[in-house]
Amino acid sequence: MIERDEFRTIAHNGVWKQNTSLIQILGLCPLLAVTTNMVNGVMLSLATILVMALSNFAVASLRNFIPHEIRIPVFILIVAALVTVVDLLFNANLHELYLVLGIFIPLIVTNCIVLARVEAFAAKNPPLHATFDGIFMGVGMLWTLAVLGGLREFIGAGTLFSGIDLVFSNLQPLQVLPADYPGLLLAILPPGAFILLGCMIAWKNWVEARAAARQQRPAVPVATGGCH
Amino acid sequence: MMDFSTPPYLLNNASVQRVMLQVLAALLPGVAAYVWIFGPIILVQLALATATALAAEAAMLKLREKPLAMFLSDGSAIVTAWLIALTFPPLSPWWLVVTGTLFAIVIAKHLYGGLGQNPFNPAMVAFAVCIVSFPALMSQWPSVGLQVSFADQARVVFGMMPRLDAISGATPLDTLKTALKLEEGTVSVTQLLADQTVYGFFAGRGWEWVTGGYLLGGIFLLWRGIISWHAPLSFIAGLTLLSGALWVWHPAQFANPFFHLFSGGAMLGAWFIVTDPVSGCTTMKGKLIFGFVAGALAYLIRVFGGYPDGVAFAVLLMNICVPLIDHYTQPAIFGMKDKS
Repeated sequence: MIERDEFRTIAHNGVWKQNTSLIQILGLCPLLAVTTNMVNGVMLSLATILVMALSNFAVASLRNFIPHEIRIPVFILIVAALVTVVDLLFNANLHELYLVLGIFIPLIVTNCIVLARVEAFAAKNPPLHATFDGIFMGVGMLWTLAVLGGLREFIGAGTLFSGIDLVFSNLQPLQVLPADYPGLLLAILPPGAFILLGCMIAWKNWVEARAAARQQRPAVPVATGGCH
Repeated sequence: MMDFSTPPYLLNNASVQRVMLQVLAALLPGVAAYVWIFGPIILVQLALATATALAAEAAMLKLREKPLAMFLSDGSAIVTAWLIALTFPPLSPWWLVVTGTLFAIVIAKHLYGGLGQNPFNPAMVAFAVCIVSFPALMSQWPSVGLQVSFADQARVVFGMMPRLDAISGATPLDTLKTALKLEEGTVSVTQLLADQTVYGFFAGRGWEWVTGGYLLGGIFLLWRGIISWHAPLSFIAGLTLLSGALWVWHPAQFANPFFHLFSGGAMLGAWFIVTDPVSGCTTMKGKLIFGFVAGALAYLIRVFGGYPDGVAFAVLLMNICVPLIDHYTQPAIFGMKDKS
């Protein structure tokens, strides 16, 4: 079984310390493309959480049977099979949203977050730990994409939760700013995503620097890498 | 007794403040023509942009813990503000120029490290951001020759009067492009340019005097030694050669180079934008390449692209190339053999 401390470390790593979007800067392609509103960001993150939890569980369970030399192709096969399941689920149950998210659901298979967690965590840890890791890494992505999507649609169009009617047919998007708000279209275009993501990273670094200053220890500079 | 002093001997006191003040002075002929053609409302926009720029500059300097008085008085923010106000339509709502200026100072200038560090020309970033975000507002220029009182102009700017379609229209450059596209093959440039309500002696009616004013200012800067001839002249050469070649090939479809030089942002771009010492090239050869390609790109974007003018995008595209151009155009060190 999982211990309380281990669980907390995994959760803290996923949601904050090694946040996929703010620290690892992974999965920029879906991040830029789908966060034009909050609902799209959340729904894609939910799909990714599902894939990550299942693939981490599957790989961790099979980790002792997978030959080390061919582990990457095997991981990809497992992830691809799970993504296909999620893709078909979305297509069947949330068809209109599926049309909006389009290619980005099948593309979860190429999202480096999934393979990175499978390779770095699930291949070395027991299934329960790995499942939690997948879930919390996904939750880290979820809140970042939700905030980014919310900011982008708020600045770009003055609304919140637009597109929620595609998920819950009885709910309507909120018009937060007056209807004659012209909308800064740039926020919805890709540069807006880059600028706002930069602002969020700066905000996170600022929060950490302040916490470090309070504890009188030097702030650890954030190492970043990226793909996509 | 003789006074001894040591080299280097600098002939003038080239502080940032002195340079910026002379750039502002050089903009005055253009501004004067602007007031004469479009009315004094531009002065309101200039004031708005200046106030916003100074406030944003002060706030960013305070956040970055830099000396306030030194950087605020260097005038660079004011130059950016004036260039923004002069490139935005004079009757645009007040928040448009404020948004553009905030973006220029906060994001394009200070987030990159402030004066001397910005890879992109802040004024052109403001223009690009606003024309991408608010294409309709950024393309509505007041019709030349229509008499609207200053009070009414101010009401339009501050949103106390509805925006009337009759008082604004596309720029002459935009009008020409749209007309050529709509009546393709049936109408020639010469016929279109004969329309004296939109076009004047050699370019857009009224516009030719404003851009002529910028040319005067540019010559003043050249004479004062503030700018070198490389970037502006090669910008003009790039624009002229490309537009000239197409004009010679098919004069019914392409306007003459003279029209292009005195339309839109070409003159302002040539003398005040591509000469930016921060975001432009630093080597002489580099300046020639920078200006020439920017001029050619500006022509391509304004004639074949979807936006009313292409100077801002051309300059931003070339700003990206500056490190590469500078890298390959380093002059040989004195006394060394030129390796290339």
